[in-house]
Amino acid sequence: MRLIGRRLALYALTAWVAITVNFLLPHFMPGNPIQTMIGKLQGQVTSQEINAIRLSFGGGLNQSLISQYFTYIGQLLHGNLGVSITLSEPVITALKTSVPWTIGLIGVSLIISFLVGTICGALLGWTRGSRLDSLIPTATFFQAVPYFFLATIMLLVFASNLHWFPILGAYSQNLQPGWHWAFVASLLRYGELPVISIVLSSVAGWMLGMRNMMITMVAEDFVLMSIAMGLPKRKVIMAAARNAVLPSIANLSLAIGLVVSGALLVELVFNYPGVGDLLLNAVQSQDYPLIQGIFLCITLAVLAANLLADLVYLWLDPRTRTEVAP
Amino acid sequence: MKRLRIPRSPKVILGLVILGFFVILMIIGPYIAPYSPDDTSFAALLTPSAHHWFGTTSLGQDIFSQTLVGARATMVVALVAGLVATMLSIIVGVSAGYIGGFTDDGLSLMSNVFLALPGLPLLIVIDSYLPVNSRSNSLVIGLIISLTGWAWGARVLRAQTMSLRNRDFVESARIIGEKRMRIMFSEVAPNLLPILASSLLFTILYSIGAYVTLAYIGLTSTAVWNWGTMLFWAQANNAPLSGEWYWFVPPGICIALVGTSLALLNFGIDEFINPRLRAGGLSGRQRRRLGQPRRQRLGLTPVHRSAAKAPRLASTTPTSVTP
Repeated sequence: MRLIGRRLALYALTAWVAITVNFLLPHFMPGNPIQTMIGKLQGQVTSQEINAIRLSFGGGLNQSLISQYFTYIGQLLHGNLGVSITLSEPVITALKTSVPWTIGLIGVSLIISFLVGTICGALLGWTRGSRLDSLIPTATFFQAVPYFFLATIMLLVFASNLHWFPILGAYSQNLQPGWHWAFVASLLRYGELPVISIVLSSVAGWMLGMRNMMITMVAEDFVLMSIAMGLPKRKVIMAAARNAVLPSIANLSLAIGLVVSGALLVELVFNYPGVGDLLLNAVQSQDYPLIQGIFLCITLAVLAANLLADLVYLWLDPRTRTEVAP
Repeated sequence: MKRLRIPRSPKVILGLVILGFFVILMIIGPYIAPYSPDDTSFAALLTPSAHHWFGTTSLGQDIFSQTLVGARATMVVALVAGLVATMLSIIVGVSAGYIGGFTDDGLSLMSNVFLALPGLPLLIVIDSYLPVNSRSNSLVIGLIISLTGWAWGARVLRAQTMSLRNRDFVESARIIGEKRMRIMFSEVAPNLLPILASSLLFTILYSIGAYVTLAYIGLTSTAVWNWGTMLFWAQANNAPLSGEWYWFVPPGICIALVGTSLALLNFGIDEFINPRLRAGGLSGRQRRRLGQPRRQRLGLTPVHRSAAKAPRLASTTPTSVTP
């Protein structure tokens, strides 16, 4: 339990660091970006909106930095992330419409990729040295390709040329969004290619990690013992894999950040209406409140996912639950 | 210190050859480019031909020249970021692991925080606030990328340092009265070399990805040609959907090749650190020469010294067999 407490404290601290960085950046970057931005906005948006933007950066510039900081935190706690300049709606509203898409897309891909990678890795580790090993360089290549490049290639080949998949977006434009069968089917259909490309890019990492752990694990005494005792092969593999998977899960929290970062760009390639797409538009139009809101949102989501992964790990590995004197 | 025996497996050799090729390209690329990458005097969207090996962009720029010129910025940023991040991780990781106590707590906390922060979104936020003239500076970009990429290395190095801290040779250096700095950097650090190398390769791989990504979403100056900028222009002009594959495939393949070469080298280091993986990396023919079964049935993974020495070892038993 103390471990959970410590992880919670770590993630709380990380969240605080992210929030503070978010506050300090616009104040300390050369060229005074906030002033420049507000100056550009005069006349374009209402003074009310300018006030809301100013407030989300910590209020007037004539106040001290500390008081601006507390104003900023107070605004955050009230859910005021400022107003997006380009969309002229509160950042939080923009996020609410795009976050579910991203969570759906990345969540599904992450689960598939972890399962497929771990199972393949376990088999590769077990049959080490067989012809299956030739999968490894291929997997490495896919791992080295940037997510968005692989996505671009898949889009070109499978959607644009072969017409196996629909091209852009998250659902057919002829359909009304809602919980009816036609819409859900179209959702799944449009999701296939983005999910496949994220899985292809991220599966190699899980696979190689699991393979290496499995090779080490297969050499353990208990495996030899169970083979000598004549247990069926399937059972022995399961027993070895169960132990070998622990480091993968321990690394899950690290990998989630990487996969999310990569997947945001896949959204961009496929015009998927999620956070990644929003982020690109924000970056290209220098919509600072939106960029910062998205950054905070992604960070908090990744931290929450990390916490979840840690809890799973604690639950799976009894060794971590015993209190060890530091 | 013993001379490092880098395993001469085909993977490592292939990795070295590819990486070497791109390092040379980094140095001579801009000089051997047939045209200026900004030259717009050619016809637009030519498909690859003898004059334009990779075709031309919609502005009539030569894509082959862009790829050659872009190699430098891409590789320089990746190397700078990788080296700086590794330095940071040595300083933080080795001190944390060796000094221990409050220093360790503080430094570990710092690296854990950086590890939990998702790197790319943080990079995007920092970069979007950079003034435009800093965005064209490879060094600035490299430094910012290294800021988000050092934490993993620090964690690995800390763990290894902690396991080395109480070994006899470190103990004896301490008793002789060596200074702490000297022990840390002359006694402990050399033994971290394999892990250090692997962490360096990993950070370079991360940096190249981060830089190309930043360029791809338009956050680096478009005045500097790199492979990410090329992809940015291709995407901006809808090349993937119009079937202009020659526009975005060359830079993408280059990135992938550099990445693959780094990953292949990393395999070599992994096999060096963990001998059990070494037998796993043998091809069927090498395995036969060693007198090993093609597939190991039991839970035994033979450890052998080096694939290069294989013929001599073949006459004896296939070396020690570790359980």
